[in-house]
Amino acid sequence: MILETRGIGKTFGSVLALREVSMGVAAGEVTCVLGDNGAGKSTLIKILSGVHQHDAGTYLVDGREVRFSSPRDALDRGIATVYQDLAMIPLMSVWRNFFLGSEPRKGLAFDVAKARRVAREELRAMGIDIRDVDQPVGTLSGGERQSVAIARAVHFGARVLILDEPTSALGVKQAGVVLRYIARARDRGLGVVFITHNPHHAYPVGDRFLLLNRGTTLGQYAKQDITPQELTALMAGGAELEELTHELRRE
Amino acid sequence: MTTAPARADERVVHVGLARRLLIRPELGAVVGLVAVFTFFASQSPVFRSPAGIANWLDPAATLGIMAVAVALLMIGGEFDLSAGVLTGTSGLILVTLATRFGFDVWSAMLVGLVVALAVGFANGLIVTRTRLPSFIVTLGTFLMLQGVNLGVTKAITGTVQVSGLRRAEGYDGAAAILAGTIEIGGTPFRVAILWWILVTAVATWVLMRTRPGNWIFAVGGNEQAARAVGVPAARTKIALFMTTAFAAWLVGSILALRYTSVQANIGIGQEFIYIIAAVIGGCLLTGGYGSAIGAAFGAVIFGMADKGIVFLGWDADWFTFFLGAMLLLATLANRLVRRYAEEVKH
Repeated sequence: MILETRGIGKTFGSVLALREVSMGVAAGEVTCVLGDNGAGKSTLIKILSGVHQHDAGTYLVDGREVRFSSPRDALDRGIATVYQDLAMIPLMSVWRNFFLGSEPRKGLAFDVAKARRVAREELRAMGIDIRDVDQPVGTLSGGERQSVAIARAVHFGARVLILDEPTSALGVKQAGVVLRYIARARDRGLGVVFITHNPHHAYPVGDRFLLLNRGTTLGQYAKQDITPQELTALMAGGAELEELTHELRRE
Repeated sequence: MTTAPARADERVVHVGLARRLLIRPELGAVVGLVAVFTFFASQSPVFRSPAGIANWLDPAATLGIMAVAVALLMIGGEFDLSAGVLTGTSGLILVTLATRFGFDVWSAMLVGLVVALAVGFANGLIVTRTRLPSFIVTLGTFLMLQGVNLGVTKAITGTVQVSGLRRAEGYDGAAAILAGTIEIGGTPFRVAILWWILVTAVATWVLMRTRPGNWIFAVGGNEQAARAVGVPAARTKIALFMTTAFAAWLVGSILALRYTSVQANIGIGQEFIYIIAAVIGGCLLTGGYGSAIGAAFGAVIFGMADKGIVFLGWDADWFTFFLGAMLLLATLANRLVRRYAEEVKH
């Protein structure tokens, strides 16, 4: 396991946002975190990525306990987070976005030629088919934008990639594109934490599934221990769904 | 590393050279420049003569130095309404210290620079710390400086101007460097034009070819996202406010050395002219987009119209009409460009 939590928890004032959650991700594996809105998914990833600090349980990276004080700390340990909304700057070109904050230098200047070339190569290596690295990111589709952000994280030495609902705002085809890049990152030996509320996106690509409900865990399952139907049922809260079906039935 | 075969992408066909040029922020300014020049040059022989060119390049230069700095700040997502009146403050400090307190011109200029940079730093610090709109913060510093300029000048001189800089020690040297003329082909050109070209070149290089340039676009485009990838957003913005202040000091010193006296109300109202030149040059009011050279072109359009109207013997009142029309046209053109750039293709 590169990254592991044991009985981790977080309270905001009187609200128990997260209780007793244990999960882990290994190199070359995808751990999916599933849960409905308010299940505690975003609190969990904010702890993993260094935005929040946990106040119960332990958080281990490479088997050693850590406590990050900022996202920069997490990044320095190779834990990169790709957020759904604030990943890119739309009016800037792909290569400028790719190197933003970590621009290669030549003397005093920004090595523009190198930035263009490396961005193009890294995107190709991830199998991302970008028309032109000079185009503004705003002209890319949502899936392409997520993919560029993933390629950027991989290039800057991420060992663990945390993806916050990368497919939720996308159409079926675009979601497929992003899932393919998740698989590609996994094949390159990265550990991926994939947050989603869609079991149909999670099951094909996941190796491990952590289910969250109302801030607590419904268990972590390896892929061989759970079927897609069971996953969907757990996710939806099987009993609740049955009740709803009953309620909505025509009289 | 697997490399995809470099096959031609069928989608690239749509991105022709014309559209690529269209997306450059300064395109509108270049078109406007050519149109305005053609119009005045065809109407007035004086306008297209070397002496005429030297004449309209001069206001373009002093405005252009400010417009370029303001353009960088606007690309970084902020405004500076105190920039105009700060040129007056810098000039007043220079003349007052050199004529009333026995400073030589160089040390008086140095004090002016320190004060200007301090004002820029304060603007930047207040904006980045409080997250208040820079429009309001710098409107406050604008009004405060306006009051100080008048109040202090009146208290010291009893009038609303300070003069007599010519007699101060070191005047000749400073005036030659900042306010002199150089002859090119028998025509005297103001040396301010060279400063303007230098400022534009440096600003363009910083913006397009350095790390801080990348950060300027980023903090103006999406500050939160920029911060998330480790861009020092606050430092970038404070540096931009200080750059504007530096430009105000440079222009204030140039004008003070040129006229050897400074009116206490100088520079008031100029702040909007700088913003107009930057917008004509392709800057978006919302930040994250624009160019330094575009702002320099915007300043040239301004200079040509300012002097061209006089050369044609028209009433100078028409100038503001012209300025307003240019601003409106440029903003419309910029909006089209931005729509194109932000268009999301699924």
